[in-house]
Amino acid sequence: MLNIPRLQLHVPEPPARPGDPVSFDHIDIPAAGAVRRPDTAAREEDMRDLPYTLIRVLDDEGRAVGPWDPKLDPAVLLKGLRAMLMTRLFDDRMFRAHRQGKTSFYMKSTGEEAIGAAQSLVLGAGDMSFPTYRMSAWLMARDYPLLDMVNQIFSNADDPLHGKQLPILTSARDYGFYSISGNLGSRFGHAVGWAMASAYKGDDKIAIGYVGDGTTAEGGVHEAMTFASVYRAPAILCITNNQWAISSYSGFAGAEATTFAARAIAYGLPGLRVDGNDFLAVWAATQWAADRARTNHGTTVIELFTYRAEGHSTSDDPTKYRPADEASHWPLGDPIARLKQHLIAIGEWDEARHEALVAELTETIRVAVKAGEAVGTLGKSKPDVRHMFEGIFKEPDWRHIEQRNEMGI
Amino acid sequence: MALDTANTISVRTMNMIQALNSALDVSLAHDPDTLIFGEDVGYFGGVFRVTDKLQEKYGLTRCFDTPISEGGIIATAIGMGAYGLRPVVEIQFADYILPAYDQLVSEAARLRYRSNGQFWAPITVRSPYGGGIFGGQTHSQSPEAIFAHITGLKTVIPSNPYDAKGLLIAAIECDDPVIFLEPKRLYNGPFEGRPDAQVKTWAGHPMAEVPEGRYTVPLGKAATVREGNDVTVLAYGTMVHVALSAIEETGIDAELIDLRSIVPLDIDAIVASVKKTGRCLIVHEASKYAGFGGELSALVQERCFYHLKSAVRRVGGWDTPYPHAFEWDYFPGPSRIVPALRACLED
Ligand SMILES: Cc1ncc(C[n+]2csc(CCOP(=O)(O)OP(=O)(O)O)c2C)c(N)n1
Ligand SMILES: [Mg+2]
Repeated sequence: MLNIPRLQLHVPEPPARPGDPVSFDHIDIPAAGAVRRPDTAAREEDMRDLPYTLIRVLDDEGRAVGPWDPKLDPAVLLKGLRAMLMTRLFDDRMFRAHRQGKTSFYMKSTGEEAIGAAQSLVLGAGDMSFPTYRMSAWLMARDYPLLDMVNQIFSNADDPLHGKQLPILTSARDYGFYSISGNLGSRFGHAVGWAMASAYKGDDKIAIGYVGDGTTAEGGVHEAMTFASVYRAPAILCITNNQWAISSYSGFAGAEATTFAARAIAYGLPGLRVDGNDFLAVWAATQWAADRARTNHGTTVIELFTYRAEGHSTSDDPTKYRPADEASHWPLGDPIARLKQHLIAIGEWDEARHEALVAELTETIRVAVKAGEAVGTLGKSKPDVRHMFEGIFKEPDWRHIEQRNEMGI
Repeated sequence: MALDTANTISVRTMNMIQALNSALDVSLAHDPDTLIFGEDVGYFGGVFRVTDKLQEKYGLTRCFDTPISEGGIIATAIGMGAYGLRPVVEIQFADYILPAYDQLVSEAARLRYRSNGQFWAPITVRSPYGGGIFGGQTHSQSPEAIFAHITGLKTVIPSNPYDAKGLLIAAIECDDPVIFLEPKRLYNGPFEGRPDAQVKTWAGHPMAEVPEGRYTVPLGKAATVREGNDVTVLAYGTMVHVALSAIEETGIDAELIDLRSIVPLDIDAIVASVKKTGRCLIVHEASKYAGFGGELSALVQERCFYHLKSAVRRVGGWDTPYPHAFEWDYFPGPSRIVPALRACLED
C-alpha cells in the first residue's frame, strides 16, 4: 500500500435535510442585466462563459434591465401572466380533486410556470415542443380547452386520449405539444429528429425538447445532444433544473461538479443558463436560441434554473427529505409575483386588476371542473371500452379482433 | 428451506414491504460487501419504502441514491459485482428497466460465459412490477417474459411476505444475476383481482408470519398453494391470489402451484402435478401473446402429452399496451379465469 490516504467512496449529500436550517448562500446570483448577449450567429467557442453565469432581466424592483431585455409589448406580458396564473390555479384545483378521489394522479408545476408560458408564446404554431409533465403552462398559453384537460385528468368518457394515458401525460398535436411518455428522457432525441426532418425538408420549423435536472443522467439525453451537434439540428434543448428529482437533489445528477448548461460545451453546443423564474429572461434566451436555430446555426442548450416549490406529485411528501420551509427561502422568488411586480412597475397593472383576474380564472376553472364532473370522474365514468383495442397498430390484427369478441364488445 | 436457527426465534407479522426491508437489513448486516443503490432509495428509503431506514442504520455508502440512469445503475452494479461486491439495486418501476436492457442481456447475462468464468456479476435487480394501482402504461407492466428469454438471467417473483424475504436473501447470495420482480399490488395485502371488494391487509395471513432473522427460500422451488386433483393451475405473483379466489368461486378441485421463480423453473413440480390432474391452466398478468405462459404451455405439452385430457389453456392480459382507464377490463381477474377453469374441465 502506498503511504497515501485510502480510497473513499463519495456519495453526495444535499445542503439541508428536514430540521436543518435552510441556506441558499452557496448559489451565485449575478445582478440582473449583468450578462452579455452575443450575436445569434456567434461561434460557440466564443461564448463559453455563458453556461456558468445566469441570464436575468428582472431586477429586485421589477424593472427590466440589460441586453437581454426582450422589450415586450405589455399585452404579451399580460398574456403570459394569465397563462401562468391559470396554470397555478388549475394545479391547485386538480390537486384537491385528487384528494377527493376524482383522479388517479396529478403533478403540479408550481414555481416553474414562466418556462412553459414564455416558450409557448415565443415559438410558432408550426414548431413542436417535446414536453415533460411540468409544462401545462405551454398549453394554457395557447388556450388549450380546459375541459379537455379536466376530462383526461378524470379519465372520463370524454377523455381526449380515450383513457389510454395517465392524467397530465397529455398529447396535443395541434398545440405543438408532443405525446408525453412516463419514461424520462426518451423524447429528447425525438426533438432532435423532428428538427433534423425540418432541415431535411427545407422548412423553417424548429423543435424544443425538455428534460428535468434529474433526467439529464439518462443516456438518451446525451445521445440526443450528440446528434444535435453532429447534424446542427434546428432545435432548443432545455434542462429544467428545479434542483430536485423526487427525493434526490441535483447533486445526484452531477450538479456538485458543474452546471447543467455547461454540459453543452462538451458537445460544441452553446449553453445558456437562465433564471427560470424570470419570464423576460426565459423569453429572451428562448428567442435568441430560436433565431439561431432558424438561421441554420444549430442547437442551443438552455438550463432553466428554478426550484420545485411543491412535492413531486400527488404520491409525494417532500417534508420527508427536505426542510419544510426550503421553498420559502428560494432567492429567485415566484415567477408569477415577479412578472406581476414588473407589470405594476411599468404602470400596466395593479392589485385590483390582479384580484379580478384571479377571480375570473377561478370561475373559468370552476365551470370547466363542473362540466368535467358532469361527464364523470375516475371510476364513475370512462371512455368506451372498445378504445382499449384501438390505435395499437393502424389496423387491428386478429388478436385484437378475437379478444374484443371474447369481451363481447 | 434453510433456516438459520440461531436467528429465527422471533416471528413477526410483516407486509411484503417490511419483509423485503427485513431481507435487505439482514443481508447488509450479514455481509459487508453487500450494498444497495437506486433512485430515491437512500435517505428517503424508496418510493415504496422498501429501503426505509437502511441508510440511517448502515451509513451513506451502503444504501445510497443514484442518478436517474437505469443503464448506469445496472452497468455500475455489474462492475462492482465483477470486483467482488454484491450490489442489490432497485429500479423504481419494472417499466423503467428497459433503458438498462442491453446491460442485462449483453453484459450481466453473458459475462461469466464469455470470460469463461473469469468474471461474473452477482447482482440482484429488485423492481416493483404489475398492475392494479391505476398506474397507467408505465407503472403497471409485467415484463417477466423478456428476462426469462435471456439465458443467463434468473427471474424470481414472490407472492407473499414470507417467500419475499427468503427468496430475496437467496437472490442476493446467489452468484448469478437475478431479476427480482415485486408484485406492487401485493405490497400491502393480498389481492384477489376484485377491485370493488374491501381492501385486505396481510394481517392474519399465514404467509405474513415472517422470522426476523436470516433464512432462505431456494430459487427454483415451486410451492403448492392448494392441492387438488382435477386441474393444475400455474401462477406467480399477484395472480396466485387471483387464481385462488377464482378456484374457490368455482368449487373446482384444482391444484394451484405458485412457481415463485420462472428461471430456474421447478419443472418437476409442474410435471408431477399435471400428470396427476391431466389438465392445466396457466394464468399471468402480462399480455398473453409470447408471454411466459407460452413457454409453460409448450413444456407441459412436451412432457405430459399422454396424460393430458384437455388442451392446455392460458389466461393473460389482453394484447394491448397497459390501458390506464381500462385497468379492470384489461386485468385477467376471476371473471376471465373462472370460465377458463370450467372450459378445462368440459373438454
Ligand atoms: C426511465 C425512468 N426512470 C425513472 C422514472 C421515475 N421517475 C419519475 S419522475 C422522476 C424524477 C425526475 O426528476 P427530474 O428529471 O428532475 O424532473 P422533475 O420531476 O424535477 O420535473 C423519476 C425518478 C421514470 N419516470 N422514468
Ligand atoms: Mg427536477
